[in-house]
Amino acid sequence: MKPVAFDYYRPQTLSEALELLADKGDEAVILAGGMTLGPMLNLRIVRPRAVIDISRIEALQTISVTGSVVVTGAGLTQSEALSSEIIAREVPLLAMALPWVGHFQTRNRGTLGGSVAHADPSAEIPLALVACGGTVVLQSRWGQRRIGARQFFVGALVTQRRPDEMIMALEWPRSAPDAGHAFSEIAQRHGDFAIAAAACTVRLAKPDRVEQLVVGIGGVEDRPVAIDVSSFLGQAPGEMAAKLSEYAAASVSPMDDRSASAAYRTALTKVLVERAVNSALSIARLQRGRLQ
Amino acid sequence: MPDGIETISKRWIGAAVGRKEDEALLTGQARFIDDLYPIPGLCFAAILRSPHAHVRIRRIDVERAHQLPGVRQVITGKDVLELIGPLPSVVKAPLPYYPIAIDKARYVGEPIAVVVADTRYNAEDACELIDTEYEVLPPVTDLRSATERDAPVIHEAVGSNVISRRSFSYGNPEGAFAAADRVFEFSYSLPRYASTPIETFGVIAQFERAPDRYTVWSNFQGPFVVQPLMANALRVPGHRLRLITPPSSGGSFGIKQAVLSYIVLLAAVSRKAGVPIKWIEDRAEHLTAASASSDRLGTVAAAFTKDGELTGLRFRNTANMGAYVRPPEPASLYRMHAASNGCYRVKNISIDNELVVTNSTPVGLNRGYGGPQFYFALERIMEIAARGLDIDPAELRRRNFVPTGAFPYKAPAGAVFDAGDYEAALSELLRIAGYEELKERRAAARRAGRAFGIGLAAGVEPSGSNMAYVSLEQTPQERRRADRKSGANASAVVAVDPSGQVTVRLCSCPNGQGHATVAAQIVADTLGLHPDDIHVVTEMDTLTSPWSIASGNYSNRFAAIVVEAVAKCAEQVAQKIRLLAAAALDATADEIELHEGYARVRGQSNRGLPFRKAASRAHWDPAGLPDAIGPGLHECAIISPPVLDPPDDEDRIASAVTFGFVIDLAAVEIDRNTGAIRIDKYASVHDVGTQLNPKIVEGQVHGGFAHGLGAALFEELAYDDQGNFLTGTFADYLCPTAVEVPQIEIGHVETPSPANALGAKGMGDGSSMLTPAAITNAVADALGRDDISLPLNLQRVWAFANGHDATTKSRPAISSIRPAGRAVGEMLTGSGKITLFAPVQEVWRRLLDPSELAASIPGCSSLTQDEIDRYSARVTIGIGAIRGTYHAQIELRDKNEGSSLRLLGKAIGPLGFGSGSGLVTLQPETGDRTRLEYSYEAEVGGKLAAVGQRMLGSVMRYLIGQFFRSLERRMRPAARLDWRSWWLRFRRHGSGGEA
Amino acid sequence: MLLCDFLRHELHAFAVHVGCEHGVCGACTILIEGRAVRSCTQYAAQADGADIVTAEGLAPPGTLNEVQRAFMKHHALQCGFCTPGILCSVAHFLRQTPEPDERRVREMLSGHICRCTGYTSIVTAILEAAAMMRKGS
Ligand code: FES
Ligand code: FES
Repeated sequence: MKPVAFDYYRPQTLSEALELLADKGDEAVILAGGMTLGPMLNLRIVRPRAVIDISRIEALQTISVTGSVVVTGAGLTQSEALSSEIIAREVPLLAMALPWVGHFQTRNRGTLGGSVAHADPSAEIPLALVACGGTVVLQSRWGQRRIGARQFFVGALVTQRRPDEMIMALEWPRSAPDAGHAFSEIAQRHGDFAIAAAACTVRLAKPDRVEQLVVGIGGVEDRPVAIDVSSFLGQAPGEMAAKLSEYAAASVSPMDDRSASAAYRTALTKVLVERAVNSALSIARLQRGRLQ
Repeated sequence: MPDGIETISKRWIGAAVGRKEDEALLTGQARFIDDLYPIPGLCFAAILRSPHAHVRIRRIDVERAHQLPGVRQVITGKDVLELIGPLPSVVKAPLPYYPIAIDKARYVGEPIAVVVADTRYNAEDACELIDTEYEVLPPVTDLRSATERDAPVIHEAVGSNVISRRSFSYGNPEGAFAAADRVFEFSYSLPRYASTPIETFGVIAQFERAPDRYTVWSNFQGPFVVQPLMANALRVPGHRLRLITPPSSGGSFGIKQAVLSYIVLLAAVSRKAGVPIKWIEDRAEHLTAASASSDRLGTVAAAFTKDGELTGLRFRNTANMGAYVRPPEPASLYRMHAASNGCYRVKNISIDNELVVTNSTPVGLNRGYGGPQFYFALERIMEIAARGLDIDPAELRRRNFVPTGAFPYKAPAGAVFDAGDYEAALSELLRIAGYEELKERRAAARRAGRAFGIGLAAGVEPSGSNMAYVSLEQTPQERRRADRKSGANASAVVAVDPSGQVTVRLCSCPNGQGHATVAAQIVADTLGLHPDDIHVVTEMDTLTSPWSIASGNYSNRFAAIVVEAVAKCAEQVAQKIRLLAAAALDATADEIELHEGYARVRGQSNRGLPFRKAASRAHWDPAGLPDAIGPGLHECAIISPPVLDPPDDEDRIASAVTFGFVIDLAAVEIDRNTGAIRIDKYASVHDVGTQLNPKIVEGQVHGGFAHGLGAALFEELAYDDQGNFLTGTFADYLCPTAVEVPQIEIGHVETPSPANALGAKGMGDGSSMLTPAAITNAVADALGRDDISLPLNLQRVWAFANGHDATTKSRPAISSIRPAGRAVGEMLTGSGKITLFAPVQEVWRRLLDPSELAASIPGCSSLTQDEIDRYSARVTIGIGAIRGTYHAQIELRDKNEGSSLRLLGKAIGPLGFGSGSGLVTLQPETGDRTRLEYSYEAEVGGKLAAVGQRMLGSVMRYLIGQFFRSLERRMRPAARLDWRSWWLRFRRHGSGGEA
Repeated sequence: MLLCDFLRHELHAFAVHVGCEHGVCGACTILIEGRAVRSCTQYAAQADGADIVTAEGLAPPGTLNEVQRAFMKHHALQCGFCTPGILCSVAHFLRQTPEPDERRVREMLSGHICRCTGYTSIVTAILEAAAMMRKGS
């Protein structure tokens, strides 16, 4: 199980990398942590002429807070993100999703950008980004494009990234201090890709009024999706989790394949949304109490 | 007392001695097969394997591969045919098994050609340059359909996929069933799985002209009964196939027995290529094509009196051998045969066995070998009967146990159970599990609407196999014509060198079980030394080790038989030392004791000499030795346990030397909403006779349990109904990790075995045989249904818990519990609709226009018309980073002018192959538009199927959607394309899968 | 060339074991700049200039570190094929999490497949080693 022969490039700077990418186009693949690409290379499922290793471009490994968003460089490793105080404070949903991503050893190397670029429908980081309403910053030699995460993911392994572009950064809207977040997931084993996952963010204007609400679902459709929950805004949170979970289950069009039937995915959607909404609500209540 | 000799006061056997093996393993000094470069000039091999389940090989062209720099040789089955014959087995049907495909390939992963190159990297590159042409034949993938009349035949010369049938009857089963108050029957299927070791197979093969000999280094584990078979296949006498095992081996659990066919193959390839070669199997090869447990279909019936006395058992077994019978198969079906009564005293048993071949990897040894399958039948029916009779399952078992005073107990089919106290073990189990409390908690949980269940499983654990048991496959008449087989030789060497240091040599091929430590404990006790003073060599070398056909590591034979050889051999050395010391000390040998590193006159601590000194005399002063002893100190002992006769004419056989006992209890709670199983409690009580090293015993129990748990919950080597292999990586074949394996309670009952001097019974399979049954019993109890099949993964349990149709068909994994309405169980299916901005006639015309077709097929770089409505195309498909160029054939059929047509496609490329068909219908819509609806079914084989199951459906849907989307785009009148709007429209209308 | 192949066959660091070559089993785990990572999903060229420790280097030659000793004591290895990778993970993990509980140990371990031990003894060994190291420092 050895990869095909390829040319290996290790640009030190972003512009070098973009230059290479412009030159090689779709004959090149971008290698960051290699947690997904590595296995696919070894299995010879991915057979590039060139591999562009961006893991040493320091500009891609930053975390910063800019106005209303937290910007994470595409090369930031999952374990760095997991131990980042900024992320814990400003993007709690991501912080909650990260422990579900792979294992200690793979998080040490796997990157946020790599996971987003690969666009596995079950992956946690893309789900968190979609749920947050985050943005993918794409850069090519010709310029920059910023695409909302909800548009970025097109299908399983398919995104709007063009071959000459690379993901440079991800923008995560900062969480409101009184928001409650939750992430729930069902996987066959610990660290496996989710069969289904749900992410929820909620804010209460008053104890009985939902002001902000996001429900994201991963692993169920061929890309992570945010459910349209506008009809629940302004309502009282009382019975919301149960109703919302029914609603979410009815609004997804689940994949149906050997790894899980559509019926099972729908059933999990219901369970997970209910769990996520309930725990996000109770955190939101706590936060409100704390801030008052 | 002189310096340097530690005070030794305890008896080492039975102590939790730390392992001799550990330090080297912990510091990376241990050497495994791939760490060895035993000879210079090694080349590296890679194997091209069949991507198809069943093909006739039309042509293999190795020319391009040969041209690649670094490639030494490319060798096909036809090339080695002059050097090898088939590997023989006891099944007499004509289905020759070669280690490489000759004219047909019969399972995905069967070797087609071997490339020898200067690096593995180059060898793999070259594999991709071998041009093959196959005639794809219909496959047989399912045990049920394999035996149907019109099933494709895998081995033409046999004429059927049923390669043998045998029936057995012990006592009077008909009478028992006729007289029974109650009869319970249960049909089941069990999937195939494998206790995959973390180290894969490895072979280093060298052929020398002078001396004319094959030398092979391999992490083979035995049984060495197959060494003569390998030599036979290589057409050389035994001594010309020298087999050497490395110092360390990374687990096996039976699986590494199957490396035997690669030993033959690579030996022959080395000879052909004229260079020594190393081949290390990779994980994908291992999962696809190494070996597996035998999947089974079975029915078991049990006759009971109304008081719960088990009076009769009837087993019907259909066992999958895979595509060939690889020796020592069909042993998996016969290992438990002689103990078909389990741990019960039932006398009347009938057994019908049927061996079947399918287009799948040949099966072989796997932890518990035959036990998990057997106990799934017996222990499930016990639980079902308990419920039917309204007797507590623990109590029902207790009433039927072989009674404590009845040992040695002769079982109806011939096994002799050496020692046991099953009732005591049951009581211990119920105590450590807190059975009464568990039952209360179950009642409480049920009152609260929760699904809580308890399951038991009990059984004997045969150890130290009689080499003759597999000949039960033959009738008594056939056996009489064949050469007699029996027994189970074990051997060991204990030598003391001129400096007085003790070395033990074993032929037991350990793969992590601590044989060196236990052998040192035994020898240390016998010679009055410290285990640290005993050096143990576990590498085997068939030219220098005192091996025999039963040598190797399988069937728990180490503690059952090998230890006896070690003890005997050590005693021979001890006796010699006593004689030497007696001469030196002016005493008689009887007066000498070996203790604390000294040979001393008993009771006189000042009359002694150091062990080393006594021993060295045998080397340094042969002229001065007493008459009774010869020079040197190199003792070998070979033993065979007395009970292991050949099968008698009634098909009874003492199949093993010792019969340990294992009884397990599982309590589970199931989340009906998700299918998640929480193991609330797992307890296991073992009787392994005398525990030689409690730490090692404990380790084996934990490990065996983890294997059983994996088999129960996660593990399945899955095929689809076209014989495509679906679980080719560790992300598809799921082994339990530390999070999934719970803490368990372990208890022991010790009834020493009379079969050897130490009282030990073999052990190690243990819970791997019973855990699948115990957990299934608990899940069945929790859910109140018995039609439960393995593995009990989330989706499956969820389906069982929610009353979905759950047939016991185990393969394919998921299709049996798909929602109703799915006609094509195994295919990737989908459908969609799209509105085209053109009238129907225009759409129709474009659909039939090759240039339009070429422009709409994603990634199509060329399209040529072969004949009317038939095209060939080159298509580059890229999904994310996964891209490949495929040769595709497209055909239009069933044309219904202006309203519908069928598109058939086939594609083959480096990542695999696929085929599909789609129905396209057109309907006029207002405004000169056309509504196009499509539905398709497709299937994918080869590498993508083996590693990409989780994603294939979505990717297929995307690609097919892309075709219609670009068709739509090309028909749009608008000059400027609004990419997003058509995409959004597609998402709204095009729904893949079924609604 | 895969980094694990380079370490093994060029540098003869045979403690680096290879069990899957697709990043799942953990046998090839090594420390790069002190962090436990797979060496089968990286290429040798990527490690150019990096500080690498394999299980050979976890303790001075001829000695065992606290974790290795605890593994020996608790019979936390059988065939030992998975062990060097686990030891590397544990080295990083305990530096980062000196006071782990059983759950965290099991989660960390879930990045390794051990087919022999059933994990229980490994968990016990790691917890004990952590306690000993806390006492020692
Ligand atoms: S060999 Fe690297 S994770 Fe398995
Ligand atoms: S000790 Fe053998 S795999 Fe872990």
